[in-house]
Amino acid sequence: MISTEPNLVLVGVNHKTTPVEIREKLAFNQVKLEASLEQLVRCPEIAENIILSTCNRVEIYARVENTDQGIQLLKDFISDYHGIERGSLDQYFYSYTDTQAVEHLFRVSASLDSMILGEAQILGQVKDAYSTARSVSSTGLVLNQLFEKAFNVAKKVREETGISERGVSISSAAVELAKKIFEDLENHSVMLVGTGEMAELAAKHLISYGVKTVYVASRTYERAIALAQTLNGCALGFEAFKEELYRADIVITSTAAPNFIISKEMIEKAIHKRKNKPIFLIDIAVPRDIAPEVNDLENVYLYDIDDLQNVVNANMEERQKEAENAMEIIQEEVTKFNNWFSTLDAVPTIVEMRNRAEDMRLTEVDKTLKTLPHLSDADQQAIHQLTQSLVNKILHKPTINLKKKIQSLDGHVYLKAIRHLFHLDD
Amino acid sequence: MDKISFNLSLLSYLIASLGYFVYLAYRRPLVATLAGWTVAFGLLCQTVTIGIRSSQTGHGPYTTSFEVALFLAWLMVVVYFLTEWKYKIKDLGAFVIPLVFIVLLFSAFLSKDAALVPESEEVRFWLTMHRTLSIMGYAAFSIAFAAGIMYLIQEHQVKTKKLGIMYFRMPSLEVLDDLNFKVIMIGFPLFTLGFMTGSIWNTQMNLPFFSWDLTRTLPLVLTWLIYCTVFFGRMMVGVRGKKAAQGAILGFITVIGTYFLHIL
Repeated sequence: MISTEPNLVLVGVNHKTTPVEIREKLAFNQVKLEASLEQLVRCPEIAENIILSTCNRVEIYARVENTDQGIQLLKDFISDYHGIERGSLDQYFYSYTDTQAVEHLFRVSASLDSMILGEAQILGQVKDAYSTARSVSSTGLVLNQLFEKAFNVAKKVREETGISERGVSISSAAVELAKKIFEDLENHSVMLVGTGEMAELAAKHLISYGVKTVYVASRTYERAIALAQTLNGCALGFEAFKEELYRADIVITSTAAPNFIISKEMIEKAIHKRKNKPIFLIDIAVPRDIAPEVNDLENVYLYDIDDLQNVVNANMEERQKEAENAMEIIQEEVTKFNNWFSTLDAVPTIVEMRNRAEDMRLTEVDKTLKTLPHLSDADQQAIHQLTQSLVNKILHKPTINLKKKIQSLDGHVYLKAIRHLFHLDD
Repeated sequence: MDKISFNLSLLSYLIASLGYFVYLAYRRPLVATLAGWTVAFGLLCQTVTIGIRSSQTGHGPYTTSFEVALFLAWLMVVVYFLTEWKYKIKDLGAFVIPLVFIVLLFSAFLSKDAALVPESEEVRFWLTMHRTLSIMGYAAFSIAFAAGIMYLIQEHQVKTKKLGIMYFRMPSLEVLDDLNFKVIMIGFPLFTLGFMTGSIWNTQMNLPFFSWDLTRTLPLVLTWLIYCTVFFGRMMVGVRGKKAAQGAILGFITVIGTYFLHIL
């Protein structure tokens, strides 16, 4: 029989504690995940469990009878399941209980424990793990509440801190800049000069944000045509692009040319032809393709690869700072969750209920005995026994049922009802 | 009663300004929402003030310097709400509402005495038109001023490649430039009409249609020329971005200067 106390445990490995060679061996196959969850929940010591298995972490969250035993059991399960000797794994495992486990899950979901701080993928993975567990009913009241809360916390962190808003890759930083210059990318065009892989990647990124018109220029016209085809754009000859520069809102250069191929005069001409509409130049070539003094022109914004890298570095630092704000939110939410958690414990309520009944019994018996002074001690004793067993009999079923029901999805409703019906909170 | 409502609106704008600053620095959506409601409350109080004042004087709030400042602050908030509703730029509040607060605070020190209004219906009509149209134009210009400042801040960050917190909080250059243009596009014709009706009012008062008064007319002409350059410059030769933002800022500074020359 599972105790009424909601003991929460978490056992896992992640990218910080464990090298990838070990992590990949411990990953749970998504196809067999349901079977694994069912296997675990059949253990009498385990009431609920969820397995979170991603490329950066393997974690099992569970509600167990006894925390120490539970942790050992989960560690054994992971090593047995993958057929790896337990002793060789112990150095990698971390385990948390109750409050710490709650905080850990909140941090994971809010992407504070991720390799790239604030990345968005992890929340989806946690959600998937949760819905798989729900589909095989390996979760109950506590884990359901815990995970739903974790999703809310992640959302709150995302909305109220800047943890996810700054791009931490070259191409996302470039897209961000483009969106700070042009807002909506849909009606804007991009020109690739040179067909480098990075330029292609950046162009694809821009296209995914709505850029529709793409021009590709290359010294080798065939390559321009080939890339233009993949990007659904139009190819330009290498000399022609100079005349067409004014058509592009965003220009990405990545040629192998040893000298600058775009001069200040060329851009000056283009910007004049564009009636001063801004132009965003991204030079990812080394050596550079665009003369740096181009940036002195009004309404022209030139970023080379180092500039973008600096932006990325600054963004990473900023995410680190935002992580501190996020931790404040998480601490608050952990406290709130703990408050809810403590209401789940049925034992204090049962004790209070019984004390209340005992008080009433004593008061009533004393009153009655005062009116019956002729009774012998033995008779009085008999009355005490009778009333005691009456109270016990009446309270027996509610006690058993409360202990049983507290495990169910709406367990706290019963607890509340009992407290209300017996006036325990007055 | 009108004193209470006046002070309440002043207080509301102060609180809202602080709220918007907090939002700009710490991004708490709730703070911005609360600031928005505080501004709305301030506007309501100010409407009450203007209503009481108008019923006491028997005419609209445009005869004395106090009334003009009161009316300008009120219209600035109205235009701000319209812009906010259309553009959803919450950070604009941090630039406009403090300005509203300053205008209103300044008005508190001006004489509250009512001025005499012309007897003639016709003269009164042109006066009303002149003042109302001009003040509407100024309110639009104040938003262009705020958008211009935001543009310069944002442009500076992107240009120098130093992307601070404001970079992420503030809208894109395109949006700010567009907002700047749109409000000038509305404000400039209103201001021009205000200018013209003012001249008509002058003739009604048996003054010349136009005079080269060094303190009154000349600054107005200068203001008009600045906005004219910004307005037609964009349409004809594509003056936009930084220059347009600078023009909007310079224009509004001239507006303020003109106002002071008028009340001296």
